[in-house]
Amino acid sequence: MSTETLSPGSSASSSSTSNASRPTPQRRARRPREFTNFDVWVLVGSIISALCLNWLIFYRLTAGASLFGFLLCSYFTFLAIFGVVTADRMGRLVATDRVMTVVVVSAAAIVFVPLVLLIGYILLEGLKALRPNFFISDQEGITPVLPSTSGGASHAIVGSIEQVGLALLWSLPLALAAAVFLNESRSKWRRPVRIFVDAMSGLPSIVAGLFIFATLILPFAKSGNPLFGYNGFMASLALAITMLPTITRTVDVVLRLVPDGLREASLALGASRARTVFSVVFPTARTGMTTAVVLGIARAVGETAPLLFTAFGYDLMNSNPFAGSQESLPLFVYRNIRKPDIAAIERGFAGALVLLLLVVALFALARFIGRDRSKRRGAPKGGGAAVRTNPDDPFNSPTSPSTSADADATATGQSVQEPMTS
Amino acid sequence: MTAIAERANPMSQNSTLVTERPAIGRATIIGGPPPGAATLEARGACAWFGDRLVLEGVDLVMPAGQVTALIGPSGCGKSTFLRLLNRMHELIPGAALDGEIFLDGTDIYATGTRAQQVRMRIGMVFQKPNPFPAMSIRENVLAGLKLARLKCDEKDDLVEQSLLRAGLWKEVRDRLDSAGGALSGGQQQRLCIARSLAVQPNVLLMDEPCSALDPTSTRRVEETIDELRGEVTVVIVTHNMQQANRVSDTCAFFLAAENQPGVVVEQGPTRKMFENPDDPRTLDYVEGRFG
Amino acid sequence: MPGSTRTKRVVTEVPSVVDKRFNAITMGAGISVLVLLLLVGAFLFIQSSNAISETGVLRFLTRTEWRTDVQPPAIGVMGLLTGTVLVAFVAVLFAVPLSVFCALAITEYSTARRRKWLIGVVDLLAAVPSLLFGLWGFLFLSDKMIPISTWLTQNLGFIPIFSTEQNASLTGSIFIAGVVVALMVLPIITSVTREVFSQTPPGEKEAALALGGTRWGMIRAVVLPYGRGGIIGGSMLGLGRALGETIAVALLLPQVPQQIGESIHILQNGGATVSGFIANRAGADAFTTSGLMAAGLVLFIITLATNMIASVVVSKSRSGAGVDL
Repeated sequence: MSTETLSPGSSASSSSTSNASRPTPQRRARRPREFTNFDVWVLVGSIISALCLNWLIFYRLTAGASLFGFLLCSYFTFLAIFGVVTADRMGRLVATDRVMTVVVVSAAAIVFVPLVLLIGYILLEGLKALRPNFFISDQEGITPVLPSTSGGASHAIVGSIEQVGLALLWSLPLALAAAVFLNESRSKWRRPVRIFVDAMSGLPSIVAGLFIFATLILPFAKSGNPLFGYNGFMASLALAITMLPTITRTVDVVLRLVPDGLREASLALGASRARTVFSVVFPTARTGMTTAVVLGIARAVGETAPLLFTAFGYDLMNSNPFAGSQESLPLFVYRNIRKPDIAAIERGFAGALVLLLLVVALFALARFIGRDRSKRRGAPKGGGAAVRTNPDDPFNSPTSPSTSADADATATGQSVQEPMTS
Repeated sequence: MTAIAERANPMSQNSTLVTERPAIGRATIIGGPPPGAATLEARGACAWFGDRLVLEGVDLVMPAGQVTALIGPSGCGKSTFLRLLNRMHELIPGAALDGEIFLDGTDIYATGTRAQQVRMRIGMVFQKPNPFPAMSIRENVLAGLKLARLKCDEKDDLVEQSLLRAGLWKEVRDRLDSAGGALSGGQQQRLCIARSLAVQPNVLLMDEPCSALDPTSTRRVEETIDELRGEVTVVIVTHNMQQANRVSDTCAFFLAAENQPGVVVEQGPTRKMFENPDDPRTLDYVEGRFG
Repeated sequence: MPGSTRTKRVVTEVPSVVDKRFNAITMGAGISVLVLLLLVGAFLFIQSSNAISETGVLRFLTRTEWRTDVQPPAIGVMGLLTGTVLVAFVAVLFAVPLSVFCALAITEYSTARRRKWLIGVVDLLAAVPSLLFGLWGFLFLSDKMIPISTWLTQNLGFIPIFSTEQNASLTGSIFIAGVVVALMVLPIITSVTREVFSQTPPGEKEAALALGGTRWGMIRAVVLPYGRGGIIGGSMLGLGRALGETIAVALLLPQVPQQIGESIHILQNGGATVSGFIANRAGADAFTTSGLMAAGLVLFIITLATNMIASVVVSKSRSGAGVDL
């Protein structure tokens, strides 16, 4: 798809040089513009007049108000002014269209705002207390009088790694098998299972924690067996329940993108169904499956609610996940920011920053794995033909809006060759 | 019906064909396109998809009130050219163009000209019938008015006239409020023609309108095109040589060599193009020897 | 045609031993997911029986207070449910228009490159843990929202839901919690509506444009009607997520259940949600825990029902076939 964005002018010259037999004049594309310079001035003028009007009302005529309120009112005033002016110049039809364009574009822009504010805020607050010892020491001997830079969250990091690792161990085989079941079998149970997997992905995560608590911790409370008390193992089970539907569904989607022709080719070669899945389907969908797992991990790392009833939280290092309550990174954050002293809150922010960086890193990793490989493998130069082969058919793939699954689809399509040729 | 007959269209009386049938009137649309057919002229039209030049240097006049057929093998840029004529081309990501298209002397690609204005004056019928499935037949016909926010006081008349012109009135007059998607393929296509005509455009572009239709429906569409002669300028892309011969006044032959952009090889009156064209390739094509 | 004499020959595939095992394993995995969900419900039910038998099902469902200090204990889930539903509705109210516009921006107003970027941002928003949203909302956004709450209650206070009591604190309100939850459900609503919008038949879109429609006219005539099922289903899915949202709400709201006869003030400090209340009572005594299980069961049933209805709405709509929720 990237090839489409190449400038037509340069391409035209290349195509004209390539066929020397029939010289064509150097051609440059014409860009029709609906927006005249005057329209741009109308837009700018509307923004300025809206800001001025609101500034007058907010800061001159009435005693000041919040910046947020000022911007909000200015935005709506701007829409009104812009709409009225455009309607006067070009009629209501055009005015509605342009105002709605502004609304839609600004709605998309607004999504950036909380994300930027959130990341910026946590970065700013978290850096106050984040020191190297944060990764080395635990909360041993920490009293409210000590500064926030003392102590650390190594116990929480160890706990998080153990819990998420164990959770992955439980949920991954089950999720893969369930996804294979949804795709490769012809059982009549597929439909109910798919419905239940969907329903389960909407399950509040606290209920998962509550469930483990109700089945494995509460009934054995009197037994005194540390395996059935608050511990990391229980937390991993609760996390596994929250990860299971997420991974199943994403893997299910990825497996669905594997062309049926490949399966048939494998079966026609005499392979069993099991062999087909392991040798053809899985390798073909490998990148998509990895992406699904990484995203599943990213989600599980940040889960707090299921841990409240399972790992419970602990201030000291406990590297044994099978006995005794254990800390995890989100629990560390949650417990600390609820404490009354400022040092603890700052420590919580440091933990939040580490958590945020971890999640963003995992997210970036997932994107990196699932990226569109067709670019790197060198689409043919001057590959306009690859973009569109038939000019009489304007609506083949490039126009159909790409979804995130597209990247997987192309990645799948690319790696399709591998199992067949090797 | 009498009310409609009284508002006979002055344009239609110029046409020799129209006098043989009861004249179809014209409901007045406020804010719609100016009445009558308009001349379309392309000068040096070029089109790209991404970095591929698919159409180069097309000069073509499509005279007002006449039917112009664009013929040529697939992939030679006919449809692209057609879509250049009402600015549908630019909707495709990565599409670019050069040259000018004049509608009665004004360039439709001039800066500040809105595509929406252009498309209101230059209607289009697509290869695949695409009525709005959620709307009734009546709503489908009036969809253009709603979309362009045009006003019409005689909506019922307008629906009747448009459907009459498209040759669909008799078949659907009793079920105007049923869904448009429930019609047969041929009826759907004629509904789409009626929908385009309801805005009373100056030009009607047709992109292989009969390729998905059975022979009977094709005949009805061809009759409709014939009836529109004089009132609306029609530009039609077709793969069917007989059809081009039957319906068109002028003809343009497009051809693209291997890995070369499409060009107009020859253009002229249909009769000449089919009987003694200047270019031997044209003769080969119209006689079915290639393509 | 002598069809009566013909009999169908049924071909039965006899799987190999490996395939048999393979089929059994995958089937087992599939069924176990199903069983797991049923087990969740069953165990919550068993563990909640203690509290429910003491208070009675009807009383538990209708009572608003939650008091374990009196004898017999008076616990009920109604006060929590009101808060839950209010927060979820505020969230969906903010999130739906923003999501629909955002989905439109992605499918109808973007070039391929910008589309990728926007999808990335929305996905990243989905990846941010609920805890961080709660933290940010609790310590940052809350203060920034107070002027808006103040303005609303001063100027629109005559409308009952915007009214506040004299000198009431405006932090920790259902309104603020709802706004934060809105950010969290925005990605899911956006992705469902985006999927549905992107499947609008291009022919219909072209037809609308060719008739002289503007882009917005085309969207209103073609895209929105086509995507209606997806918008409704996506909103319900968002509602389901909002109902179950836990940690952020646990941080933002004081988690005190609504009392009997108390009128609802969404702009002032107060309110509790089922999930947040449960989270705040982790490690409580046996009877409270049993009550929490009962509350959890109610939440489980409500979210499950909402999600199921949402799935059905999306898949039954003209546009939704083939959309993955």
